[in-house]
Amino acid sequence: MFISDLILFSAGAIRKHRLRTVLSILGVAIGVASVILLTSLGEGARQYVIEEFAALGTNILIILPGKIETTGMAPFIGGTPHEITIEDIQVLRRQIPGVRNIAPIVPGMATVRFGEKSRDITVAGTTSEMQGVRKLHINIGRFLPPGELDRGQHVCVIGPKVQAELFAGTNPLGEILRIGDERFRVIGVMAPRGMSLGMDLDDVVFVPVIRAMKMFNREGLFRVLIGTYSYQDISRLRAAVLAFMKQRHDGVEDVTALTQDSVISTFGRILTILTAVLVGIAAISLSVAGIGIMNVMLVSVSERTREIGLLKAVGVSSSQILGAFLVEAAVLSTSGGAVGLAVAFSLTRVMRVLYPSFPIEPPVWAVLSAILVSISVGMIFGALPARRASRLDPVAALAKR
Amino acid sequence: MIQLRAISRDYEVGNRPVHALSHLDLSIARGEYFSIMGPSGSGKSTLLNIIGCLDRPTAGSYMLDGREVAHLGENDLTLVRRHKIGFIFQSFHLVPRLTAAGNVELPMVFAGIEKGERSDRADRALEAVGLSQRADHRPEQLSGGERQRVAVARAIVMGPSILLADEPTGNLDSESGGEIVRLIEKMNSDGLTLLVVTHDPAIGSRAGSQIRLADGYTSNK
Ligand SMILES: Nc1ncnc2c1ncn2[C@@H]1O[C@H](COP(=O)(O)OP(=O)(O)O)[C@@H](O)[C@H]1O
Ligand SMILES: [Mg+2]
Repeated sequence: MFISDLILFSAGAIRKHRLRTVLSILGVAIGVASVILLTSLGEGARQYVIEEFAALGTNILIILPGKIETTGMAPFIGGTPHEITIEDIQVLRRQIPGVRNIAPIVPGMATVRFGEKSRDITVAGTTSEMQGVRKLHINIGRFLPPGELDRGQHVCVIGPKVQAELFAGTNPLGEILRIGDERFRVIGVMAPRGMSLGMDLDDVVFVPVIRAMKMFNREGLFRVLIGTYSYQDISRLRAAVLAFMKQRHDGVEDVTALTQDSVISTFGRILTILTAVLVGIAAISLSVAGIGIMNVMLVSVSERTREIGLLKAVGVSSSQILGAFLVEAAVLSTSGGAVGLAVAFSLTRVMRVLYPSFPIEPPVWAVLSAILVSISVGMIFGALPARRASRLDPVAALAKR
Repeated sequence: MIQLRAISRDYEVGNRPVHALSHLDLSIARGEYFSIMGPSGSGKSTLLNIIGCLDRPTAGSYMLDGREVAHLGENDLTLVRRHKIGFIFQSFHLVPRLTAAGNVELPMVFAGIEKGERSDRADRALEAVGLSQRADHRPEQLSGGERQRVAVARAIVMGPSILLADEPTGNLDSESGGEIVRLIEKMNSDGLTLLVVTHDPAIGSRAGSQIRLADGYTSNK
């Protein structure tokens, strides 16, 4: 007996009953499509959230001087710590792998004046890499030039709110701002961003870090932001940076490294559970589809009792009959699986067009398991009808009216 | 080639035993033309099914070609049926979705015979029953006599040594019934052992050997 003959025989039997066949295939198709769609949605939501967090700064490791004894938002700083210096950053950058970009921040309040108008604004000293770390977008002009870690040009980049209030919306490029007692040339305006990591990025003036340290009379850096290549790498990098700083500070661990990975992993866990729940719901629809197949197969066995008796009379063995009906059920369910896959893929494609920012892509594992599951649904729910067929007594089966 | 000794076949109906066959002895030689007659319910079909290894006797011995088959397992009986037995039934038992050729090929499909050889042998079997022109017709497109001839072709296509016919003319008019009888008699004269169950004395009396059953017993010879 050749498997191709068996499939042909079974497919022939299926074709006889178009409506019933189509309905049971549809059941499996809906089940498979919903498994794939719901897992894609769940996975997409998870990735979307992670990416949003990444944009907010989940890829960021924040280093600050002092050892925070308690965790949480209200740090208690004990002892008089070593400062973190610009030199620390330069060496760290060279010695520790996995640092994508690194930028210091030295903030302070200063009076910023242009012509007649003046305001008290946050002035933050940093370097060109701040743009990469915080993923800042520039509206016009450019961000601080590279190489400003130990040089201090009198240039500045302003937030859109500063532009609106001091320049009344006109192009400020090349204009001179007075910050405190010094004069800075405006070289760029950032795109609106709003509050992020506790700073209103719309209402800020960025100047080279050296300038801010002089202006605010600071010896060390307020914070150092380190951008990583992936958020999975953060905990390794955190340990490496802490060890590095401890060694530079004579074996005293007196800096703190903050991450947002606890937030991320909590969200990740919630969304994984959500995905699992969705898959569970979809699995229910698959098993309903399986029961549909079982029903169709039971009807088929009952209708073809005389045929089964005849097959036995001409020397077809019980196991061959079992196989024929299992193949029939599997043909039904895999056709359903194929239709479901096609539906799921076209729907996800449509959704990608409609919502390009939402990363919906059927995960490979979901596709593979949907194929396997649809075959096994046929096998499992076809088993009972097939067994019933194979165990029919030939004489009684032939005599059935 | 067929030797039945003290064959009984009991059914349990409710809690009462029904003796479909009781202590039946029978010998049939190779190439013989044998008829089994008797009133309805006398056990003719039961006897034929046991001879065809479709059913097993409750007690007794059945030697087929020198081998005891009365108590063989299901798989062995399947093989005996596949290779030695051809069945013809009163109600034809053709598979409606298959063509005449497809029906004739069916035993060969499950016996694992290759496609090319299958259609050759099906062609020859259909030619032997005079239905070459109807090979692509489905049963519903054939007359009763033609359907039974397809069934005969299916019965002989695996090259059996015994042809068993249970009321082969029961659903046919006398003319096509006569054609079927002449057809299977021709197969018999070509060497096939032929057993025909009938309650029609005109048909049964044509056989070389005859038995008459009454209530599961042989009533005369
Ligand atoms: N499956 C069965 N269960 C119970 N009794 C049966 C069964 N099959 C046959 N019989 C009984 O066995 C007897 C012989 O039946 P059968 O061989 O079909 O007779 P015939 O073919 O001569 O008409 C009848 O009395 C019938 O009622
Ligand atoms: Mg009968």
